[in-house]
Amino acid sequence: MKRRQLLAGTALALGLASGFGTVALADDPLRVGFVYIGPVGDQGWTFIHDQARQEAEAHFDGRIETTYVESVPYGADAERVMTQMALSGTDMIFATTFGYGPDVNAVAARFPNVAFEHATGYLQEEPNVSLYNARFYEGRAVIGHIAGRMTETNTIGYIASFPIPEVVMGINSAFLHARAVNPDVNFRVVWVYSWFDPAQEAAAAEALIEQGVDVLMQHTDSTAAIRIAQERGVLAFGQAADMSAAAPDVHLTAIINQWAPYYIERIQARLDGTWEARNTWYGIGDGMVGIAPLHERLPDDVRAEAEGMIAAISAGEYHPFTGPINRQDGSPWLAEGEIAPDGDLLGMRFFVEGMTGDVPN
Amino acid sequence: MLRLERRPQPSRVWVWATPVLAVCLTMIAGGILFAILGKDPVAAIRMIFWDPLFSQQFAAFSRPQLLVKAGPLILIAVGLAIGFRAGIWNIGAEGQYIIGALCAAAVALAFFPSGPADVRLFGTVLFSFDAAPSRWWLFPLTIVAGAAGGFLWAMIPAILKTRFNTNEILVSLLLVYVAEKLLAAASVGWLRNPQGAGFPGSRNLSQFPAVANPEILPGTGMHWGVAIAFVAVIFGYVLLHRHMLGFHVQLAGQAPRAARFAGVAPARLVVFCLGISGLLAGLAGMFEVTGPARMITIDFNVGYGFTAIIVAFLGRLHPVGIVLAGLLMALTYIGGELAQFMLGLPSAAIQVFQGMLLFFLLALDMLSNYRIRLAYREAA
Repeated sequence: MKRRQLLAGTALALGLASGFGTVALADDPLRVGFVYIGPVGDQGWTFIHDQARQEAEAHFDGRIETTYVESVPYGADAERVMTQMALSGTDMIFATTFGYGPDVNAVAARFPNVAFEHATGYLQEEPNVSLYNARFYEGRAVIGHIAGRMTETNTIGYIASFPIPEVVMGINSAFLHARAVNPDVNFRVVWVYSWFDPAQEAAAAEALIEQGVDVLMQHTDSTAAIRIAQERGVLAFGQAADMSAAAPDVHLTAIINQWAPYYIERIQARLDGTWEARNTWYGIGDGMVGIAPLHERLPDDVRAEAEGMIAAISAGEYHPFTGPINRQDGSPWLAEGEIAPDGDLLGMRFFVEGMTGDVPN
Repeated sequence: MLRLERRPQPSRVWVWATPVLAVCLTMIAGGILFAILGKDPVAAIRMIFWDPLFSQQFAAFSRPQLLVKAGPLILIAVGLAIGFRAGIWNIGAEGQYIIGALCAAAVALAFFPSGPADVRLFGTVLFSFDAAPSRWWLFPLTIVAGAAGGFLWAMIPAILKTRFNTNEILVSLLLVYVAEKLLAAASVGWLRNPQGAGFPGSRNLSQFPAVANPEILPGTGMHWGVAIAFVAVIFGYVLLHRHMLGFHVQLAGQAPRAARFAGVAPARLVVFCLGISGLLAGLAGMFEVTGPARMITIDFNVGYGFTAIIVAFLGRLHPVGIVLAGLLMALTYIGGELAQFMLGLPSAAIQVFQGMLLFFLLALDMLSNYRIRLAYREAA
């Protein structure tokens, strides 16, 4: 305890960046803190992060000690929680939502000896702030392909949260791959302006099914929509976790967030004294995006195509955003064979050609 | 056999003793709860109430944070208390807080420096000026915008009540959800940071010195919002206890008929009470968005408007009591976070703990209004 106080005190008073190797001694477990936006029981975003935390703790078997604070809003509260964590001698802090960006950087500036890992954000103003995110659009390409092959009404429903690049990118990826195998396919997008609102997600699912949708996708966290799909016999895909328990008959597959391998890798680096800030955007091949088992109702050819696409993406042979791709207004975005630069994807605020409806502004 | 006997007047002693007793009972019941969860109850209570104030490790940081957390609670609760005393129930301070912050941020961002601007005539630069520095009037203007936003949002239930006799509890509460939708729309739409990589949320106002609301003295937690909260407390005290209007407010709450005979116009009182509480909630939103929160985000509101209702009652609807109650609530928040990551208590347990506080307070209110008598069954 004393040593930690001393360290935290020194960090505060002198702002010394004495390198990361010095903190973890062999017999003193590394203290790793997690800050969550939701409750650990939300069965969605936070739940999965917390599962990964537990996996990491089990993996290191006593060499680390993890703590967490749940339901921490952005801004002053997040900044206070992270400051208090740092004051308590935490060596490494995972801040698991994009909204913590300014708070992470503010606290990181005051505690240069603490390693900060910030999920799905973009602000990296301090040398001890790492960013990490997953290429979920790779998973969306796979489910888009399956949806395009499986739809009979040629109308696919998409329950979207907020019109931000992450979500727009996912819609485009799914749409492009559905269209590639089915030129008649159309997407209907409903924006619910929430990440987690079971009532609204269910209402959106009902509305989409009434409009003739026979395959449902979602970029929201609850199982409400997929339960409706199960009731109404409409095909659907899970989000963030394998949701097949909620919809055993219609859950074709799911895009799974797999944070544990990254957490283990980074904590190991911190233990080894080799941790340094970086900006990670891992996909299927790196194990950050997982695809749940394909449902047995998928015909063999569709299953084989999906597996082929997963393999090609994992191996880096195929990028879901490979030209030619035009913007919705017909203007060219990617030329033949051109691969989308990451910067374009991370700032994507337009639909691709063929999509109906607008990205709300 | 216990018997309750209504006191002719609420007991002065118990009015002030019940909050203390409620805190003690909360500690006991909370301790039992923590013990059932397998945590050391004494350590948990100590972590919540003692460590943020006196621990060597945390206190230097936590003590100023008490003011940061309590500031908006006190500011909003003072306004609510005035209405509650008059029997006018503004449950929608959360919405007024949001709209105040939105209006303030909109004004601030409208003047956000976009670099030196050239004034040209026929293509030649006449002069350039930099819109950024030292616009002393911008911060006051932002304050006015925040206050006006909260005030106008509260006018909706006020006018609906005075004109159409709608229920202000329902209207003000439901307008919170409308305000939340506006907040989401602003974060992803018209107030979005153009340099924010498309992420929802406005620019960082703390990086815009003309409107920023930093700590007045670094390390004290004292920002302008906290200062204004204390001004509001004094204002609230004078109004309620030294002014005719305060007498009318109390009269309307306790004896509406008498109030009408005394010449109190109910409609005007509704407008005044909702207006003042909306205005103060809007101010709280303004100081928060330019200060600790830094920017508009989808989840900018964190429940201050609702928690302030608890603070108002915990403080006996008295401005001085509200200061103490606000600080106590802030303490349970900050200590609760400590208990979460130091002891592994779930956040739900902390919320239950805070809920107990209100529960015991309301339950014990009985003691100030009733006398408990031991009585023997009397023959009928």
